[in-house]
Amino acid sequence: MNPFLDTLQSLRDAFGSGKTRPAEFRAAQLEGLNRFLKENRDALLAALAQDLHKAPFESEISEISICQSEINLALNNLHSWMKDEHVSKNLATQLDTAFIRREPYGVVLIISPWNYPLNLVLVPLVGAIAAGNCVVLKPSEMSKSMEKIISEVLPSYLDKNCFAVVLGGPQETTTLLENKFDYIFFTGNPSVGRIVMSAASKYLTPITLELGGKNPCYVDDNCDPQNVANRVAWFRFFNAGQTCVAPDYILCTRETQEKLLPALQNAVTQFYGKDPQGSPDLGRIISDKHFHRLRGLLGNGRAAIGGQSDEQERYIAPTVLVDVKETDPVMQEEIFGPILPILNVQSIDEAIAFIRKREKPLALYAFSKDSKVVRQMLEQTSSGGFCGNDGFMHMTLTTLPFGGVGNSGMGMYHGKFSFDTFSHQRGCLLRSSGMEKLNSLRYPPYAQRNLGLLLSMVEISHKGQCTLL
Amino acid sequence: MSKISETVQRARAAFNSGKTRPLKFRIQQLENLQRMMKEREEEITEALYADLHKSKWCALYEECTYAFEEVKYALANLPQWILDEPVEKNDNTKDGQAYIHSEPLGVVLIIGSWDYPFILSIQPLVGAIAAGNVVVLKPSELSEQTAILLATLLPQYLDKDLFPVINGGVPETTELLKEKFDHILFTGSTGVGKIIMTAAAKHLTPVTLELGGKSPCYIDKDCDLDIACRRITWGKFMNCGQICLAPDYILCDPALQGQVVEKIKKTLKEFYGDDAKSSHDYGRMVNSRHFKRVMSLIEGQKVAYGGNGDEASRYIAPTILTDVDPRSQVMQEEIFGPVLPIICVKSLDEAIQFINERPKPLALYVFSNNDQVIKKMIAETSSGGVTANDVIAHADVHTLPFGGIGDSGMGSYHGKKSFEIFSHRRSCLIKPLKKEDSDKVRFPPFSAKASLK
Repeated sequence: MNPFLDTLQSLRDAFGSGKTRPAEFRAAQLEGLNRFLKENRDALLAALAQDLHKAPFESEISEISICQSEINLALNNLHSWMKDEHVSKNLATQLDTAFIRREPYGVVLIISPWNYPLNLVLVPLVGAIAAGNCVVLKPSEMSKSMEKIISEVLPSYLDKNCFAVVLGGPQETTTLLENKFDYIFFTGNPSVGRIVMSAASKYLTPITLELGGKNPCYVDDNCDPQNVANRVAWFRFFNAGQTCVAPDYILCTRETQEKLLPALQNAVTQFYGKDPQGSPDLGRIISDKHFHRLRGLLGNGRAAIGGQSDEQERYIAPTVLVDVKETDPVMQEEIFGPILPILNVQSIDEAIAFIRKREKPLALYAFSKDSKVVRQMLEQTSSGGFCGNDGFMHMTLTTLPFGGVGNSGMGMYHGKFSFDTFSHQRGCLLRSSGMEKLNSLRYPPYAQRNLGLLLSMVEISHKGQCTLL
Repeated sequence: MSKISETVQRARAAFNSGKTRPLKFRIQQLENLQRMMKEREEEITEALYADLHKSKWCALYEECTYAFEEVKYALANLPQWILDEPVEKNDNTKDGQAYIHSEPLGVVLIIGSWDYPFILSIQPLVGAIAAGNVVVLKPSELSEQTAILLATLLPQYLDKDLFPVINGGVPETTELLKEKFDHILFTGSTGVGKIIMTAAAKHLTPVTLELGGKSPCYIDKDCDLDIACRRITWGKFMNCGQICLAPDYILCDPALQGQVVEKIKKTLKEFYGDDAKSSHDYGRMVNSRHFKRVMSLIEGQKVAYGGNGDEASRYIAPTILTDVDPRSQVMQEEIFGPVLPIICVKSLDEAIQFINERPKPLALYVFSNNDQVIKKMIAETSSGGVTANDVIAHADVHTLPFGGIGDSGMGSYHGKKSFEIFSHRRSCLIKPLKKEDSDKVRFPPFSAKASLK
């Protein structure tokens, strides 16, 4: 039983009609998203508070504002993004027109997770719409309040023929993936990423997978501990640690650890007060299952800071673990919670070796006053993105592509990269019937004498050099 | 551990040593490749002749030269490609540096195809080396002499731990695909493309799949028919039709069909003489299986020219079929042989509909003097790439990404695009470690802050 067939067929028909191609249509949809954000701001903030105990401030800066920026960027640049991109030619094609045309794929599926349930639905959606596709959205069933808004409120702001929301859990998603899509954009964990790619391979559907991993955070001896602690704590405990680009664990020397601990405690107290559970600014864990998973990790090593939990509220205290071993459970999986283990290394080389033994993470952080140290960490490791001396700020720049590598994902988006991700780049060469004499050099019967002349025409010239016959 | 597994592990260890990262090293390997192509040209063209009856001219023009040019292009541009690309910053990040840093992915697997066995191995190899990777090359076993030659030559010019060549058939390829790679570039059929992507999914390996399909060729009433037919003949019958970019079938008005047949016939005689079998420039089918496959496509069809073959020499005459029924077998699969069906359509709209009812092709061709016709054809269809008023040529422009869509593939390469697909483009933001005003603004407690709006 494939309950999605009708929906998909009507989206396919709508796409086939050419409706989504004109810039005016796409801009109108983007304006619709704009109005959706503006008119439902309070409801969206309430939903985020309901699902994740997200403070309005966090919701504004990590969800609403980011979505708003992406919509505005797309509206401001749509025409230029849509233009044919003319490319330089060789001698043989000098009189021809050569360009790359960006075209929509068709019916695109976007599967979004629960941790930033508005951002991770809307930002890819902006790209897919700007690129001229029809879209099926599958928001996460775990962030229930947001799921309700996405399925009940959002559609009325978009053309219903070109856009659909599908609900459900793993079972429904599996059935959904048995259908053919022209592109699949998935944000979630690596094991589901494998399942999505496997399903996509049946139809040769191109994909972008935004996955995760354990993002290392190296703290050099040469640093200002309080500065570092403030930033690391902020990015670790934001959204109660449920961020794919959060620093997952710290690598530093014993000496630095001794300086960091009081600084981290300082930061936690400053941010959330003496009793973080009472702070309105600290989030909660999304579900009982994840709560229990995280609570189990609290026993690893020793909790130098925090360690408390409350099942009723799905509250986990901002926690820093020390005396953690590489083999402990907390070092085997992406933590995705407000728990920060510190592992000791004797040198940056040891830190680098440790990182390189493991899967490539989505983000990598290095804190040091010495720019050479930061550069060394960058050059001798690999990760989706990298930030020196701060947390996931690199994500806020729409001019930087956001994506993983290896186990942390494939493909990228944000800003124009979203538009390009959801477009097929079609190489086009328009020739004329003229210049046939030149062409005839390539025809059989093949003569040795013609080869030299023909080769000199297809030869790629250095930039700036060109001699027309 | 199997020999294949050992080879891949050794390649990975070699990559981890960092040897392939310095620009100097990459340039040296590429220059060695260039030297190889110059010094061993004779052996390369001989292997191509043995595998596909490619004349020396064809081998040089269609394979070696383009491969050589690809290396030259990479050498000229690599010093620039390898640089960090600064990006525009915003207020939050103005004190730092923001740039995209290109780094190699690691161990790349390139699976070549048999139709252009030299260039389809070397061209991707150039991009992978330029991007700083280690490469395992698996040439197609169907073009046996070229596969053996590559396994012999590459270790003589390139570092053999870093760029091993693994030969073999389906069992070896299956075993190879169990290993983890950091990118796989595959050129071949749609069916095998699915197998590759499924295997890659287990390791979350990104793939570039250069597949095939039936590339349509629409001839408008308003066009220079002589020239159109010459160009189509050239592209269709080169390498005996065994090219992924061949114009697979023609779509034209019934009134044109007769003239198209006559002009193509005339051109064929000009190119290959009255009996193509005795032309030194006409190719052969790669093996018996493909010979039989293509001959069976001719069965039951209206043959306007050719139609005969010789199994012993795997020769199939250049063949034109007319009034072809779209439901017949010749229209169900990529022909990949010297058989050219003509399907009659009464209008541009009918042609567009015909194309859109079928899987998206690798290339689309349209011949017309009318810009509006070309514009409409491109706008209302989808394909990997397009050439108007010629065939194949878009693939020779290094600044155009070359790849398919849907059943004809995913991803693209050539020129700088190759460097990009074989690299990870890593976003980097480097800030100074000093206290900033923005720190105060962004940290909790939030309730103390004024409203943002």
